[in-house]
Amino acid sequence: MGVPAIMRDAVLQDLFLQMQKDDKIFFLSADLGGPKLDQIREKFPDRFINVGIAEQNLINVAAGLALEGYKVFAYAIATFLTMRCYEQIRVHLSILAQLRSLNVTMIGLGIGMSYDVAGPSHHCFEDLSIMRTLPGIKICSPADSLCAQSFVTWALNYPGVKYLRLDGKPHSLVYSVDENIPAGFDFEKGFCELKRGHKSVIVSTGVLTHRALNSATAVATARDDIGVIDIYSFDPDFDALFETIDTYAHVITLEEGFIGVGGVDSMIANLLCDHQSMKKFTRLGIKKEFLFDCGGREYLHKKSGINEDEIRYHFD
Amino acid sequence: MTKINFLEQKAQWIRRRTLELHKFAPETRIASSLSPVEVLTTLYYGGFIKFDASNPLWEQRDRVIISKGHGSISLYPILADLGFFSVCELERIGQEGSFLGGIPDPVIPGYETVNGSLGHGPGVAAGMAIGLRAKNNPAKVFVLVGDGELYEGAVWEALMFSGHHRLNNLILIIDANKACMLDFCKNVIDYHPLKEKLESFRWRVAEVDGHSVAQLYDLFSTITTTTTPITTTDAAAATARPLAIIAHTIKGKGVPRLECDPLSHIKTLAASEVDALINSVQSGQIELTEK
Repeated sequence: MGVPAIMRDAVLQDLFLQMQKDDKIFFLSADLGGPKLDQIREKFPDRFINVGIAEQNLINVAAGLALEGYKVFAYAIATFLTMRCYEQIRVHLSILAQLRSLNVTMIGLGIGMSYDVAGPSHHCFEDLSIMRTLPGIKICSPADSLCAQSFVTWALNYPGVKYLRLDGKPHSLVYSVDENIPAGFDFEKGFCELKRGHKSVIVSTGVLTHRALNSATAVATARDDIGVIDIYSFDPDFDALFETIDTYAHVITLEEGFIGVGGVDSMIANLLCDHQSMKKFTRLGIKKEFLFDCGGREYLHKKSGINEDEIRYHFD
Repeated sequence: MTKINFLEQKAQWIRRRTLELHKFAPETRIASSLSPVEVLTTLYYGGFIKFDASNPLWEQRDRVIISKGHGSISLYPILADLGFFSVCELERIGQEGSFLGGIPDPVIPGYETVNGSLGHGPGVAAGMAIGLRAKNNPAKVFVLVGDGELYEGAVWEALMFSGHHRLNNLILIIDANKACMLDFCKNVIDYHPLKEKLESFRWRVAEVDGHSVAQLYDLFSTITTTTTPITTTDAAAATARPLAIIAHTIKGKGVPRLECDPLSHIKTLAASEVDALINSVQSGQIELTEK
């Protein structure tokens, strides 16, 4: 739906508007830019700070500003935002947030294979599982710009720590207010059954939700019996999620991250286990090794077994 | 009694209370906690810290970040004495249900940040200093680090940042007790000259005998801040700098067998040894705050 858009642009445009209305917003960047960031830099020189290529300090300064009552956005490349400074996040955005109100939103750009040709240093296959491990951090993993943008507004009023993991490439919309989110996004519920089926259901997150939908709806192989659930915030409302999943006989998880170590697959496996469900379960994602092959995202997906043909192969 | 005499006696008393706490909870880092006694005593009792003990998060308070958390058990008796929490809590240190642990966290009234993992304080303090400046709040941010802590790279990210942003409401106090866990710093990685490094990062630097209450008092008396926000075009900006105080101290100060021990960090004193030290102080045999 619509012209493909980059989530980052939608988020930064919205933040620009929010910063005009709310002088408690600070925007920190670890030297990461974006076309829509320029207007923020120009219009709010006192509330935009480039901390330099220094993610550890990015997080600590964000925590300090939040302690002083500011609403802080901390922006960096996703891999480095979550892994270079994981300990800073743990100490001052997770442990401290259990005692103090800290309105900080980390915005990580370039999850999964967004930086496809940049190789394994930039591939981001771990952020979801390691951030899920920390208490008190609400994670948004949007499938499109509409979801990402909506999260910004929600995040501003949520007095805790958040991590918004953005894809780096342009994508069309999977959501529309008319079709699937009449009441808007519910970041506490955290998921949406985008396509109703009755046999197998693909549970995915981020841009792979596009892949899930395409796999289940492509004209030649359209399958009415395949459902698609998009998880857009973590952790979602597990009771409601299980209720939806339980209407299917087979659950396929799909993610652009390492499998078996705490991502979507682990979350769903735990959920099934908690309900003593013996449902058929298939996990699709990146097996635990880094990819040195040079190539675009489609190529890397094929190498990793998360292309459409491979997904369809698992349909019952 | 002069102010200096009062502070010297107070520091002696704090040193004794700190030793007592170590007796109650031998897992506490006693050597690291004895080096900043005069610094903390002078700051809190010398009138250099604005605080409201009944309202620890009072908006106008000066922020005190204890980045070397393990080495600040000596702050417990100060905070209790000043009314942040009941002195009865001191005896419960390390016991079940007590909020006074071996490494302090902000569950203790008077502590601002999570401590224990070294190198985080300067960055968080810089964020607070920027925030205070943006709010036109004249409060100051003090941050206490150890000299061994300066090995953490995040410290230097924060030092660069604070110098560049001319955070003159930020005061870094380096408890330079010359040792980290396994050895004297000069044998681990000798990073001296430190003063010149800090100055090259656009900090104002003062060096002081960290066990001399008189020197500390005089130095702290010179700290001024401006309530006006500094912009890059402001004439005042050219001279505005954060202040680093290198407080030369002795790790394990007051306990002769710790004072020259490169492994003092991990040394625990037996209860009988603590009693003997305290008794000898009380009977005047050892002057615990001698210079």
